[in-house]
Amino acid sequence: MTGLRLRDVAAGYGGAPVVAGVTVDVPAGSWLAVVGPNGAGKSTLLKAVAGLVRHTGVLELGGRAAAGMSARERARAIGYAPQVAVVPDGMVVADYVLLGRTPHLDPLAREGARDRAVVADVLDRLDLGHLAGRELRTLSGGERQRAVLGRVLAQQTPVLLLDEPTTGLDIGHAQSLLELVDRLRAEDGTTVVSTLHDLVFAAQYAERLLLVDRGEPVAQGTPAQVLTAATVARHYGAAVEVVHTSTGHPAVVPARLPHSG
Amino acid sequence: MSRSRLTPGVLVVAVAALVAVVCVATLLGAAELGWDRVVAEVWAQLTGGVSPLSEREAAIVWQVRVPRVLLAGLVGAALAVSGAAFQGVFRNPLADPYLLGAAAGAGLAATLVVIAAPGVTGWVVGPLPLAAFAGALGGVGLTWALGRSAGGGTAVLLLSGVAVAAFLTAVQTFAQQLDTDTIKQVYTWMLGGLNTSGWHEVLLTLPYLAVAAVVLCLCARLLDVLALGDEEAASLGVRPGRVRLVVLLAASLATAAAVAVSGLIGFVGIVVPHVVRLLAGSGHRVVVPLSLVGGAVFLIVCDQVARTVVAPAELPLGVITACTGAPFFAAVLRRYRGRVR
Repeated sequence: MTGLRLRDVAAGYGGAPVVAGVTVDVPAGSWLAVVGPNGAGKSTLLKAVAGLVRHTGVLELGGRAAAGMSARERARAIGYAPQVAVVPDGMVVADYVLLGRTPHLDPLAREGARDRAVVADVLDRLDLGHLAGRELRTLSGGERQRAVLGRVLAQQTPVLLLDEPTTGLDIGHAQSLLELVDRLRAEDGTTVVSTLHDLVFAAQYAERLLLVDRGEPVAQGTPAQVLTAATVARHYGAAVEVVHTSTGHPAVVPARLPHSG
Repeated sequence: MSRSRLTPGVLVVAVAALVAVVCVATLLGAAELGWDRVVAEVWAQLTGGVSPLSEREAAIVWQVRVPRVLLAGLVGAALAVSGAAFQGVFRNPLADPYLLGAAAGAGLAATLVVIAAPGVTGWVVGPLPLAAFAGALGGVGLTWALGRSAGGGTAVLLLSGVAVAAFLTAVQTFAQQLDTDTIKQVYTWMLGGLNTSGWHEVLLTLPYLAVAAVVLCLCARLLDVLALGDEEAASLGVRPGRVRLVVLLAASLATAAAVAVSGLIGFVGIVVPHVVRLLAGSGHRVVVPLSLVGGAVFLIVCDQVARTVVAPAELPLGVITACTGAPFFAAVLRRYRGRVR
């Protein structure tokens, strides 16, 4: 079954599209990482899928065309975490996560016991229970990213879109956040689409990669298929070596050329 | 502890404060009736007994004091709740109800009416309040239209407000220069005041405030969602533009109604919501209803000062709100050092 299906999707902010010609199938419960150099259109593509940027082409969620969905229906089908989430002043973690229940509420209704139960469960799973009463802005970077993830999880959507979820996190915090996402994906059967800067992480966590360059999809497939030294060199303008970790994952590492002089 | 929802205890305290302030303001006034005799009069009205007040004194209570106190409460509630709504929509702590051209529009319309019909001096519901009401809505409408045509969004709307206010104020200044005799009257109006003539203004203001209060309280949770920014709000299935339109329309109606009967009273719309945030919590389901109550309390107290300190003369209400509000606000800011970034 497909969790997400894109056919010739193009998106932009009016004028020429930022990203175009994207055709990809993401099986339900799998993880697709969208990779590519800065400014390639990765975030725009994610926003288009979330319905935040106008797009053309066909977009299907669990076999249903997104075009026929209302804003609320779409928000019940797709959870979106931006690269840098807005942190409202004075808001505590539990209230922030509770906002994720919005698509399940009538516009003017208030949250009920069920919504609170969902939030309690999410806080528990993300190990945020002890931070429930803390103001967001007092959290560390890793805790804040988990809170954002918590808000998205409270939406209880079959598809998660994560725009650079490890931004600003050190290697340890990045790793534990990605492990967390992977565990949730395994437990809930959630389809995950994320942009990822770090190609080493991308190769380890995503089952498939989509490489985008200058608004065009240029390669897709398994990490081993996409992450070749030649492909990375061509699209990132970087000198790299592809080594393999003990677990068999390709790891793209920069290769410093010896000085010619 | 959740600071996003209103607890019954806090609401009870706020309403009790409002009731106490209304009672005290009714018992004390410029005319020395004696608070015990006013109590006896109220008791007599309730039970059908004999009042110690003369007919003229009773009229002071029922036709002057009570409507004035209620009007102060309504205007204060309208300005404070509108301020809370504006700050929520624009995610800007300095936003106030006059931001989108309501003050400038009302000022221009009032000036034009004073020039065109100089005989009308008063605070009777006549041309001046009507013009102020229409002018306030006109100013906001102009800002909204300009903002829409420039692409929408909060920043564009704010800047449109700046442009519209600057333009309308310039026209008003020009009109005043052409007819300098009117400056004093316009200036008096601008300083704000609540010279009522019975129940008229109360009954006129009430429906607008009631509608705005209901709409804003219903939209409070959506304002919390808007605090995440337009993009994240949209990803939660909320249409930010639509919420903004509804909230700003309701807040502007309340503001226009307040401006029409009280002129331009500053500071209430900024100070009250912030005090509420610091004392009770920053969720809009706390800030919106408590700003209604807090604004009423604040303006009733200020108006009490305005009409009794130099009785029988009156001080301009706008001066009192700033003079009492600014130090109070400063004290609250210092007390909660670190809570405000």
